[in-house]
Amino acid sequence: MWAFLGSDCMFFGTLIATYLVYYGKSLSGPLPIDVFSIPVTTVSTFVLLMSSMSMVLSYAALTRGRMKAFRIWLAATIVLGATFLAFQVFEFYEFANHEVVVSCDDDPTKWTDLEASLAAGCLTGAAGDEVSVRGFREVEYHAGGEHGPEIEGVYGLTPRTNLFGTTFFSLTGFHGAHVTLGVIWLLSLFFFSFKKGGVTPKKNLDLDLAALYWHFVDVVWIVIFTVVYLFGVFEGF
Amino acid sequence: MTSKSQVKVIEPGYEPVHEGHPSPLTYFKVAMTLVVITAIEVVVFFFEGLSYGIIPILAILSLAKFALVIMFYMHLKFDHKLFSTMFVGGFVLAFLVIFALLGLFKWFI
Repeated sequence: MWAFLGSDCMFFGTLIATYLVYYGKSLSGPLPIDVFSIPVTTVSTFVLLMSSMSMVLSYAALTRGRMKAFRIWLAATIVLGATFLAFQVFEFYEFANHEVVVSCDDDPTKWTDLEASLAAGCLTGAAGDEVSVRGFREVEYHAGGEHGPEIEGVYGLTPRTNLFGTTFFSLTGFHGAHVTLGVIWLLSLFFFSFKKGGVTPKKNLDLDLAALYWHFVDVVWIVIFTVVYLFGVFEGF
Repeated sequence: MTSKSQVKVIEPGYEPVHEGHPSPLTYFKVAMTLVVITAIEVVVFFFEGLSYGIIPILAILSLAKFALVIMFYMHLKFDHKLFSTMFVGGFVLAFLVIFALLGLFKWFI
């Protein structure tokens, strides 16, 4: 297991390196600053950290022969893992349907590149023509918006949108696949523990190996959270 | 999973249990430390006065979390050094690959 985890370090190392190499090289948006929501990702990071705690408590309970506590903590780990995955699905959906709203009268120097490209449709909208902005879909111009004339459109980030999309989805997608595999593994151990002689205080190695894998997935996310999300939104990076 | 010297066999037929593993309370304390470090990361992130100083601070905090998880939750602190070598070896290689690729693509210039 340790040899596998060591090799998996290199696997994620190359994905992180690829993400960093192409960071800032996208020719068009959306960019990290346009789509990332740090509060949401902080909550999902918290969920994954808590799942690591419940995992060790599950293993500790098993080795002490406390089968009921072992199953409760294992079930908690599975639920927390599934919750993390739900956050990731939600995040991917939000990115793919990223809505941009620009107030046409705003100071253009405060706009991101993506907002500036959408704002190019303000003139067409003001002239009363049908608005179409390259790269955006469902573009609508509202002459009487909350803060004056507004334009809104959907610019979805998918793996094919730009280099950021490709490297971001590859990295977080593979991590998500690891978490999914972990949840399935833990789920199988949970059901297996009800079988006579399945997972018992005597036979704890299966759970120990699954726990190692689960914690590894956690440490990879610790790195991704800092390098991709926090550094990604930091303007000076 | 562990070397003979660090393995306590409770009775014949039992799989090895790591001796000297932390108590559940220690696991809880580690979890709380991880949560606090994550909270500090987010606070530091929104603190505007740090400018580029944010990068080493976040990197160190992230490394601290990484170390806590592998030492206590993945019990490398209590296991045979061979396991640490295998994992840290892979980690160091990954780190070198990242820097080599970044250098190759003139990322630092």
